[in-house]
Amino acid sequence: MIKLIKFILLILFLILSFQKLLVANNNSLLVDKISKNVRCLICQGQSVYDSQSDFALSMKMLIKNKLEEGKSEKQIYDYLKNQYGEWIVYEPGFNKKNLVLWIFPLILFIFGGLLIYRKVFIN
Amino acid sequence: MISSYIGYYSLLLGFVISISLLVYSIYCFKKNNQNINQNIFSFLFLQVFTVVISFISLVYSFVISDFSNATVYNNSHSSKPIFYKITGTWGNHEGSLLLWLLVLTLFIFLFIIFSKKQPTKYRFLSIFFQQIIISGFFLFLLSTSNPFNFLFPVPNEGLGLNPILQDPALAIHPPILYLGYVGSSIIFSASLASLVQNNINREWAIHIKKWIQAAWFFLTIGILLGSIWAYYELGWGGFWFWDPVENVSLMPWLCLTALLHTVLVLEKRNLLKSWTLILSIATFTFSMIGTFLVRSGILNSVHTFANDPERGIFILLFLFSLIILSIILFFIYQIKENDSQKNFFLISKETSILINNWFMMYFLSVVLIGTTYPIFLEVIANEKISIGPPFFNKLLIPFLALFLIFMAVGSKLSWIKDSYKKIKYSRIVLFFICMCISFYLINKTSSEILFISILGGAGLYLLFVTTSEFLNKKYNFSQTISHFGFSLFILSILFNSLFSNEFSANMKIGQELIYEKEQIKFLKIKTFDKENYKSVVANFEITDEKNNTILLYPEIRIYNHPNILTSEADIISTVFFDKFIVINLLKGEEIFNVRYQTKPFMIWIWISVCLISIGGVLSLFKKN
Amino acid sequence: MKKNIFYLIILLFFTFIFTVFYIGLDKPNFYKPKEVKNKILEEFTSTDLFSNKEYNSYDIIENNKFTLINIWSSWCVPCRSEHLVLMDLSEKTNLNIVGLNYKDKKNNAIKFLNELGNPFSIILTDPDGIISISLGAYGVPETFLLNNKLKVIKKYIGPLTNENILEIIKIIK
Repeated sequence: MIKLIKFILLILFLILSFQKLLVANNNSLLVDKISKNVRCLICQGQSVYDSQSDFALSMKMLIKNKLEEGKSEKQIYDYLKNQYGEWIVYEPGFNKKNLVLWIFPLILFIFGGLLIYRKVFIN
Repeated sequence: MISSYIGYYSLLLGFVISISLLVYSIYCFKKNNQNINQNIFSFLFLQVFTVVISFISLVYSFVISDFSNATVYNNSHSSKPIFYKITGTWGNHEGSLLLWLLVLTLFIFLFIIFSKKQPTKYRFLSIFFQQIIISGFFLFLLSTSNPFNFLFPVPNEGLGLNPILQDPALAIHPPILYLGYVGSSIIFSASLASLVQNNINREWAIHIKKWIQAAWFFLTIGILLGSIWAYYELGWGGFWFWDPVENVSLMPWLCLTALLHTVLVLEKRNLLKSWTLILSIATFTFSMIGTFLVRSGILNSVHTFANDPERGIFILLFLFSLIILSIILFFIYQIKENDSQKNFFLISKETSILINNWFMMYFLSVVLIGTTYPIFLEVIANEKISIGPPFFNKLLIPFLALFLIFMAVGSKLSWIKDSYKKIKYSRIVLFFICMCISFYLINKTSSEILFISILGGAGLYLLFVTTSEFLNKKYNFSQTISHFGFSLFILSILFNSLFSNEFSANMKIGQELIYEKEQIKFLKIKTFDKENYKSVVANFEITDEKNNTILLYPEIRIYNHPNILTSEADIISTVFFDKFIVINLLKGEEIFNVRYQTKPFMIWIWISVCLISIGGVLSLFKKN
Repeated sequence: MKKNIFYLIILLFFTFIFTVFYIGLDKPNFYKPKEVKNKILEEFTSTDLFSNKEYNSYDIIENNKFTLINIWSSWCVPCRSEHLVLMDLSEKTNLNIVGLNYKDKKNNAIKFLNELGNPFSIILTDPDGIISISLGAYGVPETFLLNNKLKVIKKYIGPLTNENILEIIKIIK
């Protein structure tokens, strides 16, 4: 017990003394965040952020312009999806055709829970 | 030239042996032979031997750059360094399939050596089922993916190996991964044999546990190596991208980890027989599904092998034959469970393991559905969508937090029945302290505080709980070290992703920029000529506010065969953070795009996975 | 009996999965954005290659029943053979052909035109590639056949072929 307390205090001490390290980067530009979420159409395995293709470079500039115009992150994704289809964004939308995608794992989770409930509480 | 003949006929011989073993093992089984006679043993050994010879022949063809061999022609070049000529053998579809066969045949051979105490009929059946898989792969290799196809007229030079694959980590990643990934085949075969023999009990659990632990160890390390390679080589500073090929290796791992825990219940209490069997079959099934997904061209990924629908059809049929076989056997040989009395009490280790499996299966379903849903959507609705990191993060993180808490509580419970009265107040206090620490730290970022903080708090709680086990010396060492490693793993990833700094700008030689209290100086460019590429090395000097400087040398490589440009990051790793820099040439100008990142606790991600796997391997050597 | 039904369901489930995967094998795994029929483009402004004068999209297309916008660059290799096809089209019809010079240098663009001819009524510039994205293009060459309200009648990805030209001629009649 005493040993554990000593250990926790040690960890706290380390965390506090290395607080400088834990400077969160809020400067990670919104442009970068959005371009990491958008796929490159030329180099299809990469995000626009990683890709150096012409298309990707133009996209980064477009995203920057749209942000300066005051568009929100969601508006930019919607615009790109309108231009190039849903494939262009890494996050699948939460709509009718993707319902199964988002809900099915949760349904399975609940189903699994029921199985365990049966095994543990009934019988 | 002749090595191709040797390799091919060796494979043919191996195939004939597998068919013979298929028949002979069933014959011996029916005849009720008392033990595995020398014949079978010799055949198994010969089978491994033929594959080894075949493999060596292919390596030899690569080393001497024998371009009459189509595989060598497509994947090698005479200017490649010899180390990569050798490792390039398994960097392609045909060669890696040969590696599959090597592991398949080796494992059944080793299995027979190490299973002498097991019932003979069970061993015969294991051979039988494994040979079904082996002959399937021999057939696949010989009919669609022959590594020894001839080219005539013989080309002068090969097409070269993708430079990204010319890396030491990628050299050993496939062999190690396959020992786990393909090694799970023996668990599959042995489980089917056990099902038929109605042999699923404590003794069998103790025996099969060793194989599960061994396969799990190699699979964990194999995946780790793949991530390390991605981090060092691919140049974007990430190590996991939820790419289909990555997911495909994760799915058997999740299954195998669940199995690792379930088999303990079978061992200690002779329960969960059907479930153990289902997991055993599912693990290898996922290996096969994975093989199908990445080799058939059905999914779009940077990692996939050459696309060939014909190969895809073969694997698909083979995979489904194995599934149908398992279902039929399951149906015929019904398993009798001990369900007559109440076996699972709420507060017990068995229930904790059930909960572990519950969460593992959820994680597995998320990865499986996330990877395959685009296929279903495209076939059914003719629409293409992308499923990337945001989806997986959203569905996994909340459950991961809960999972960590269960790990902290559940692993210390006793078998059969434990009491909730044992919960100490100090533990509850500790839990709240952890949540507070986590909230405090995460508050410094702007991310969604709630789930991330709970995850951090749960991770810290597990960390402290497992540490206290070490300090009090009352524990199961391998379990504690693995769980400790896992908590460290989650915490390192969490703090790494929250507190990483990234800087991206276009810079000219001689330019200086300031970012986050650090001065970044682009000093100069030097070019060198290397074995098969031209090297352009940039010198960067980074000075922090205390005037400490570090020198970084990111590189651009211009390969000639094939004509590809790659960026090699320079990384300085310390205990506290990694400094990561990568440059890219901008088209036709003297300006470079520079990406400089500070990534805290990077090395702890690798260390924690090593700790997790050490726990596994230690339990392998424990005397029972 | 219940067990049998259970197994049957499992078997059917796997057969379904098998069928989907089998069909999926034939689908291409490279993504091409779907063509949206009758899409109306948003308006854009651009500068003329020669005069540096700024134009709005409506200025250019308003007075013409149809307009063909061709995205091209001097550094794009397939554009060279496509250019001859465009020259052919400009001679055969009086269709308003507008060029959009994509991520190019003025000198190189002018050299290209001097060498291969100029079929364009006006050449606009897209130095950052942003205008092309607003049109929904992602590479070069791409060509759009529009009506006078910026509605897309036909979109061609890749260099124009002679069949494409015949199709265009038929549409504008």
